Amino acid sequence: MSPFPTHLLSMDDLDAESIADVLRVTDSFAEVGRRANPKVPTLRGRTVATLFFEDSTRTRMSFETAAKRMSADVLSFAAGSSSVKKGESLRDTIETIQAIGMDAVIVRHSSAGVPARVARWVDHCAVVNAGDGWHQHPTQALLDLYTVRQSLGGGDEGTDAFRGLRVTIVGDIRHSRVARSQITAYAALGAEVTLVAPATLLPPSLEGWPVASVSHDLDAVLGRTDVISLLRLQAERGSGAYVPTMREYTAGYALTARRALQLPPEAIILHPGPMVRGVEIASEVAELPSARITDQVGNGVAVRMAVLFLLLGHGALEAAA
Amino acid sequence: MTASGPTTPELIVRGGTVVDATGARRADVLVADGTVVAVGEGLEAPAGARTLDADGCVVAPGLVDLHTHLREPGREEAETVESGTRAAALGGFTAVVAMPNTDPPLDSAESVRNVHALARGSLAQVAVAGAITVGRAGERLAPMAELAALGVRLFTDDGDGVQSAGLMRRALQYATGLGVVLGQHCEDRSLAAGGTMHEGAWSSRLGLPGMPAEAEEVMVARDIALSRATGGRVHFLHLSTAGSIDLVRRARADGVQVTAELAPPHFTLTIGCTSGYDPVFKVNPPLRPQSDVDAVKAALADGTADAIATDHAPHAPELKDLPFDEAPPGMLGLQTALALAVTELDLPIERILALLSWQPAAIAGLDPAHGGCQGGPVTEGGVANLCVVDPTATWTVDPTALASRSRNTPYAGRTLTGRVRHTILAGEPVVVDAEAQR
Repeated sequence: MSPFPTHLLSMDDLDAESIADVLRVTDSFAEVGRRANPKVPTLRGRTVATLFFEDSTRTRMSFETAAKRMSADVLSFAAGSSSVKKGESLRDTIETIQAIGMDAVIVRHSSAGVPARVARWVDHCAVVNAGDGWHQHPTQALLDLYTVRQSLGGGDEGTDAFRGLRVTIVGDIRHSRVARSQITAYAALGAEVTLVAPATLLPPSLEGWPVASVSHDLDAVLGRTDVISLLRLQAERGSGAYVPTMREYTAGYALTARRALQLPPEAIILHPGPMVRGVEIASEVAELPSARITDQVGNGVAVRMAVLFLLLGHGALEAAA
Repeated sequence: MTASGPTTPELIVRGGTVVDATGARRADVLVADGTVVAVGEGLEAPAGARTLDADGCVVAPGLVDLHTHLREPGREEAETVESGTRAAALGGFTAVVAMPNTDPPLDSAESVRNVHALARGSLAQVAVAGAITVGRAGERLAPMAELAALGVRLFTDDGDGVQSAGLMRRALQYATGLGVVLGQHCEDRSLAAGGTMHEGAWSSRLGLPGMPAEAEEVMVARDIALSRATGGRVHFLHLSTAGSIDLVRRARADGVQVTAELAPPHFTLTIGCTSGYDPVFKVNPPLRPQSDVDAVKAALADGTADAIATDHAPHAPELKDLPFDEAPPGMLGLQTALALAVTELDLPIERILALLSWQPAAIAGLDPAHGGCQGGPVTEGGVANLCVVDPTATWTVDPTALASRSRNTPYAGRTLTGRVRHTILAGEPVVVDAEAQR
């Protein structure tokens, strides 16, 4: 195994080899999850805190389940999204958590960069980014990779299947931390990433992004897509103003039943959730066998176990397997 | 005039090179009763005169900052008139223009008088900038004539640009009758709103909302047109993009009455500094790419820029520990401006002093030509506002050693060349050997 970084703040922290390690370790933990008693002692005596400054029941549950299945003590710290409103500075909050004593903190915040700042302030404590503003959501990208690898099948333990894989990411890329993590992750494994969005929902600059192509015409791209990942139109981030109407957006960029038929038969449909059926994805498309949206959620726990293991549990792989 | 007792003891500044708008020459400077009484080589010091050593140093008119946030009233935990002017004196400044975005804002005669009262006895002259609009709200004109009668010569809504072109035009028309200049913080809100850094490759990658270069440039272009139409004088605050500088260069070539200041962050730091999300690098206008930094440096070299202004913007430490997008923009500047210019600009010291002393003094109406006592040549009969700079001394920036109440300097740990040795305010040595004297 290649050395794993101290923190997981961004997909940029992981090279292809580290990603392969995560996927391999995830296989072991997925097996644990299928047991009658899905619990291993790997992180017994270690303390993991979830520090969510922005609400997210799904992601928090996924991380906490992962930590508990590894027998870690789990502390849950909920806070309003604005530290100004709370009257306590972010740094004070972190120092409090640190004083209590943590082996890992899992941070979600509506402001980009908070996990990176937290990582600068803590000692002997791993920081995991569980989503920061528009910036990154690395475990989401990792669970997408795992889901894709699982779907491609063939018992391939490596990541060769990603080489040349045609991945199409559709929707509000500008405001999407998931997209930023996905693009880096897929590209690191050699996939060809195409972005599809109206120009207003693309980032202001794609300079340095490992993207093969950009299109404003979803229909033209579907026929040469192996994996399609749909992003939610982030209405709460004001993306509504970036397109004239939802109707117009849906007409151009939603994966409708008609469009799903244009995908190659083996193509995989992904959505990081929560889905807005009828906007970015038609309800019947979400129910197709090629849609792996529920698998994504299930794999999330195993992937997060793998990440916590690699950050905290070096040398104990045998115990898990 | 603020500060200084009724009489100050005689003082001789010995062994330096006097540099002012008239040129450079080796000379001692004798000061008595707040005034320069003799300038020449090998001056005889009267008995009892205090000697300030200026060996190897440049003796120049005191520096004048067009852009200081003193924070008082309203944000005294970040800075006060007292702490800010101490930082100014240590930075070689004998005058600062205090920005009006205090709480309450400086938009009335009463609020201006209050700052004048606070500044009595301070370590640098405080010239107050008045707000252009009431409450800096951009809706109706502040009582500019009443403020002008109190000596206000520069008006600005700094922190915000005047968004309405119609209101800005009216303000410029009104200003022509008062002989005052309007300082514009160029930022079109419809383009910049919500932005926390320069929009481009870095903002896209970091996932932070950006403010595009054109948010500044469209307002520069607009105000050039308004200045041309009205004859009103516009002073552009802290320009930061190559496009803005280009517009100013062409407007001046056309004879439009606009001036421009540039701030040290924009010629010393690039956008890449924000990669770690540290809010100490958050400033408005934001740090820009290298191409803009190069344009700012070129503007300082070729005369397109009239002044280096610090945009000294203290913020309490807890505010700079907020997430990047929530933290307020701004950096300390008074104690590092001169050294950054000496270190980072490939310009002769005479040119740097022009940008930091007599040129800004003229824009602010603080020079002898406007009846003031700042930035004037070092000659007999002139008010002794002087700074003595060792252009080769090096020092390392230690945030805890700065006089400001705040610590938000992005230059912590940087070793800079060029050190202010003495500062003389109306004949009083307020800084001697880099130590404030009171």
